[in-house]
Amino acid sequence: MSTPHFDYLDRLEAEAIHILREVAGQFERPALLFSGGKDSIVLTRLAEKAFRPGRFPFPLVHVDTGHNFPEVLQFRDSLAAELGEKLIVRSVEDTIKRQRLREPGGKFPSRNPLQTYTLLETIEEFQFDACIGGARRDEEKARAKERIFSVRDEFGQWDPKRQRPELWNVYNGRIQRGENVRVFPISNWTELDVWRYIQRENIALPSIYFGHPRTCVVLPSGQLLGLNEHLRLDETDEIVERQVRFRTVGDSTCTAAVESDAATIDDIIEDLLLAKVSERGATRLDDNISEAGMEDRKRNGYF
Amino acid sequence: MDLLRFITCGSVDDGKSTLIGRLLYDSDSVSLDVLAALENRPTVHGTVDLALLTDGLRAEREQGITIDVAYKYFTTPRRKFIITDAPGHVQYTRNMVTGASTADLAIVLVDARQGVVEQTRRHSLIASLVGIRHFVLAVNKMDLVNNDQAVFDQIVADYAAVADQLKLPHVTAIPLSALLGDNIVAHSKNLSWYTGPSLLEHLESVPAFEEATIADARFQVQYVIRPQTDDYPDYRGYAGRIQSGTYRRGDRVHILPSGQESVIEAIEVNQQEVESAAAPQAVVLRLTDDVDISRGDSIVPVGSQIHVAKELEATICWMDERPLWPGRKLLVQHHSAVVKAVVSAITYKVNVRTYGRAATESAQLNDIVGIRLKTAAPLVVDSYQQNRATGAFILVDELSGDTLAAGMVETMQNSFVPEPLGFTI
Ligand SMILES: Nc1nc2c(ncn2[C@@H]2O[C@H](COP(=O)(O)OP(=O)(O)OP(=O)(O)O)[C@@H](O)[C@H]2O)c(=O)[nH]1
Ligand SMILES: [Mg+2]
Repeated sequence: MSTPHFDYLDRLEAEAIHILREVAGQFERPALLFSGGKDSIVLTRLAEKAFRPGRFPFPLVHVDTGHNFPEVLQFRDSLAAELGEKLIVRSVEDTIKRQRLREPGGKFPSRNPLQTYTLLETIEEFQFDACIGGARRDEEKARAKERIFSVRDEFGQWDPKRQRPELWNVYNGRIQRGENVRVFPISNWTELDVWRYIQRENIALPSIYFGHPRTCVVLPSGQLLGLNEHLRLDETDEIVERQVRFRTVGDSTCTAAVESDAATIDDIIEDLLLAKVSERGATRLDDNISEAGMEDRKRNGYF
Repeated sequence: MDLLRFITCGSVDDGKSTLIGRLLYDSDSVSLDVLAALENRPTVHGTVDLALLTDGLRAEREQGITIDVAYKYFTTPRRKFIITDAPGHVQYTRNMVTGASTADLAIVLVDARQGVVEQTRRHSLIASLVGIRHFVLAVNKMDLVNNDQAVFDQIVADYAAVADQLKLPHVTAIPLSALLGDNIVAHSKNLSWYTGPSLLEHLESVPAFEEATIADARFQVQYVIRPQTDDYPDYRGYAGRIQSGTYRRGDRVHILPSGQESVIEAIEVNQQEVESAAAPQAVVLRLTDDVDISRGDSIVPVGSQIHVAKELEATICWMDERPLWPGRKLLVQHHSAVVKAVVSAITYKVNVRTYGRAATESAQLNDIVGIRLKTAAPLVVDSYQQNRATGAFILVDELSGDTLAAGMVETMQNSFVPEPLGFTI
């Protein structure tokens, strides 16, 4: 027999499955944070590989900002049904009412920062001790620093100066009461790896990832934002009709589209190989605010 | 395409982060928006500070140092790379150990003006302890010594003594300037006397040697799959990752530490049955017998030279601010197995300057010491020399849950190697 050869995608997959099973083995009440975006969809495929023919040892949890793309919500519900797994949805809207929070103002009222409140409420409500997320280290420079098992205090806060050493593939999820762990099984995947995996595994995605005509607002930066009822537009705003797709799906008020005709996953991969701008740079409006934007949000309990 | 994971290490300010920034920049792996953000920052030399590509924390940018490891990714037509940028400060050694533990290759940077210093020796020791086989001695800042070959030759000679003492298997020395990009991706006119490969050429050509695939078969149970549904009323699958070697359907196996014997009925990968599977695949094993198996148990072929031990000698890197004293009770986490243990003795401390061993009473933060461990329940281990997966463990504080040390098994006492039961039914 020849020595078996494993492609780098096989390695990344094996690593992620190993991590998911460690979560199942180490925690009593884990949850998988599921947004309906490509990274969390990949996580569900990995969970199938890790736990079938058994059920997932965790529910899928969605923190709904109320600003989600309708196509994505539909996809979320049908995927959860198809998987036969439990889906828990908690909404930022409710948190705003309950905690009497102030709605974000401005032209593009992103509810991204408010997600953390709902997430922490949900963790508390269900006493989750581990939350699995689809964040990747290639997304952002503060993420590039975070461990795969990231211990958070009672307020969900990340303390980058006090991270546990993480040795080999021995993951230490031992925590004290009130603390929880954020777990990132695809930490070591890049955007391109995710797409190559989606291609290889033939994974279905919400339609907004593919090129489609959409009415957009042109931002001063030149970025395109899909028109929706949450935006507060001025008369001077330029509205255009464009063929676009989304590289990430998040809060629709702060997630820009990119112009693209890509109709298939192969087309998207080709697009990406030529892309000169990062996923976040191309699509996020809210991280551009400050250099340490992501680090600060993580310190405050964000993913 | 294959994958190479490497780490940069060496003393403070030797240019590790700059080197990685340069490697990413010169191989066209930095996005325009990320670059634009860098260019907006005030600079000292009038050039962009490439170290900021990896120094992602505010405190790091403010102080101009690396505090914790950063992971970066890039791909060339030849290979995919995962880079770990380690901090140079002694205070953050445990973060360097974190980075080294998953690396296949270490780039040890030396400032051409300083030569081999204590931190060069410490990081080389740690990299070799955790089993890295490929080393690059990167003599950086050659621009500050007039690109003088004699300086390079002297440092190479000095490092040869280190390599010799540590028995480093493969060392390649490259003169370079991370700041100017000399010999990082392209060869440099400034260093025309050097005829070897550029750093990237070398990284692309190092064999990605798979220790784990040729080692003996090892598997530890992470999770037991028991659907108990109408479709699968009696299904019992042992989910885990093959740590090393190859498993085949029909293999006779021992379940350890209990010592029961069984036969592999099926190996499943993604619910498909396969004839065989090898490290590092994640699989599900099913056995012919209904045996008592839980998370943390090992399933190994009958005849394996693995040890079932309650007493070990190990080398550890101590990572806690509070020192370790003999008699300390703690937890050993050996992958999915967690047992209580006591450190019954600290047998030696390694002097990072001489690599000599001396007696010590306690272990301080970042010390490398030998210990004797007694565990409350048996562990199924190999020596780290034999097997990088089954010989590795961490020490954990029972109350806080903090990771206290990285451990590598040296020898086992009062252990037994499981014998085949002979003719079983
Ligand atoms: N002249 C010259 N300066 C360099 C070179 N490489 C790095 N430097 C400078 O050396 C300083 C330290 O560089 P860093 O890359 O931050 O060093 P480091 O090794 O990552 O430091 P720590 O991570 O804190 O241990 C910076 O001012 C760099 O610009 C080089 O090849 N030539
Ligand atoms: Mg650095």
